[in-house]
Amino acid sequence: MKDAIINVEGLSHSYGKTVAVDNIYFHVEEGQIFSFLGPNGAGKTTTINLLITLLRIQKGQITISGVNVAKNPDAVRRNIGVVFQDHRLDRDLTIWETLEFHGKIHSLPKETRRQRITELLNIVELGDKRNAFIKNLSGGMKRSVEIARGLLVHPKVLFLDEPTIGLDTKARQRIWHYIKQINREENVTVFLTTHYMDEADQYSHEICIIDKGKIMANGSSSSLKNAIGKDIYHIKTTDDLKASQILANLPEISHVEKNSNGLLLYLKNNELSASKLVKSLTIHQIKLGNLNLLKPTLDDVFIYYTGRKIDSTVDA
Amino acid sequence: MPLGFTAIYWRDMIKFARSKAMIFLSLLQPVLWLVFYGISMSNNTGLFFAGTSVAPPDAITVSYMTFITSGVIGMTILFTCLYSGQNLQFDKQYGLMKTIVVSPMPRSQILIGTTLSGITKCLIQTTIITLFGYILGAQLFAGFLLSNIITSAIGLILFSILFSAGLMFLSNMIGLKVNNHDVSQAIMALLTLPLFFASNALYPAETLPFTMKLLCYVNPLAYFIDSVRYFTIGPNFYAFGFNYQIGLEGLLSSFIALGIFALVMFVLAIFVIKNIRDF
Repeated sequence: MKDAIINVEGLSHSYGKTVAVDNIYFHVEEGQIFSFLGPNGAGKTTTINLLITLLRIQKGQITISGVNVAKNPDAVRRNIGVVFQDHRLDRDLTIWETLEFHGKIHSLPKETRRQRITELLNIVELGDKRNAFIKNLSGGMKRSVEIARGLLVHPKVLFLDEPTIGLDTKARQRIWHYIKQINREENVTVFLTTHYMDEADQYSHEICIIDKGKIMANGSSSSLKNAIGKDIYHIKTTDDLKASQILANLPEISHVEKNSNGLLLYLKNNELSASKLVKSLTIHQIKLGNLNLLKPTLDDVFIYYTGRKIDSTVDA
Repeated sequence: MPLGFTAIYWRDMIKFARSKAMIFLSLLQPVLWLVFYGISMSNNTGLFFAGTSVAPPDAITVSYMTFITSGVIGMTILFTCLYSGQNLQFDKQYGLMKTIVVSPMPRSQILIGTTLSGITKCLIQTTIITLFGYILGAQLFAGFLLSNIITSAIGLILFSILFSAGLMFLSNMIGLKVNNHDVSQAIMALLTLPLFFASNALYPAETLPFTMKLLCYVNPLAYFIDSVRYFTIGPNFYAFGFNYQIGLEGLLSSFIALGIFALVMFVLAIFVIKNIRDF
């Protein structure tokens, strides 16, 4: 196992009587893309704000790159880059000025600063737009500028709070392309929060599911899916309606869902063989047109651990 | 020595230079005061004070326009600085402050940077208003030798820096503490009115009623305007039916008062920015 670059132990945080984060433990290994997944209000932003020294730690302990966050916030600030949830850019500055400003704030010497800005603008493909005003940029470009800003000082960890929220598919893909590139080429550990299942599934090495301030599950996407272990059959029959009634009574099946393409059979355990399924249908003169075995998705993992779908709470 | 304040200063000045409409409007107000109020009052002062008193032979007699140019300089610095504090409030409102405070730069640098940019803006305005007053017939630096003009200009700059620094610390503090734009607007209006009228900006403070006179004694604007008059008119002059003997003692007390004001505001503002939690 590689060394943990972020280590969180017994972290709790409350606003008055509302508990936002409730005694959580997790660690992030160096060089990984780590997704903190959960619905809005789950405690993601509170956790990130505690990690990046914006909130004072009430209970528990965080170390980032071996530095205790509560004891030495300034040393932590030197090791991190942050991209906040909403665009946090000065509309009246140009891209170049925005990055110059932050380079100066971090006391980067002039030559290093300019070299680094040029390098980063090339990565996020904004080199030819350096003199454009922030107010004239698209949402995706603004996000790219913010990512470049977060990387100015060669941080050990880059924090991204919902990096792709509100962006169209194309822009989302592009942002992810940059994130993967900097993770790989600059060996930056990436800690991000998201409520997009597909993104967490597709891009992260490690996923941590948080809900109501508690960590529900933690691991790689495949290990999380394997842990819940339940497969799903997707079938198409000559009489879906009748078939669903018959199959719902099988002891191995927890429930049956109908969709436009046929039936989804959620198994209680993985002991229902395909042959048994076919047999129980043919007794009733129903022919099977199609049969697929589906592995669980991250959505299923989330439902398994929290008892609800993430999307239903997204806009709540 | 941390140089983060230069970044803040640099950004503020870029934005200031770019907002041509703002520069124009911020200069328009003092110019309108000089033109409308200055000229119309100038035509009346003779009427008001006919026969009330006679200028002492050792004092220079100056016109009302000369007298209030100093007041308008003080007023402009007061307004410019107090409203500048809202820049920090906007930084907070638009979340820009968060991106700054997650950097290792000490927070006091934010305060120093914005204060320096406020001072720069005030010095530019002071210069322009002085020139404009001159055009409108104010007898500024009248009868001064070139060496006197130079030392007066240096003195004027030093006192302007001291006064605007104190005001910038005060307004930054309000900008940081108050999260609602309307509320901070109201606070600024509430501050500027009594500070302006309980002072010697438009008329001699000596004739004010007792309570307003008390207010005048703790009013940094009044001390600043005294110093401006010392430097632009002289230590002993006669205007608005009144003989002003500011003298070196007056200048020294202005210096002490403005120094205390700037220092107290600095300490308070540093305390506020170091302890603020909701960026």
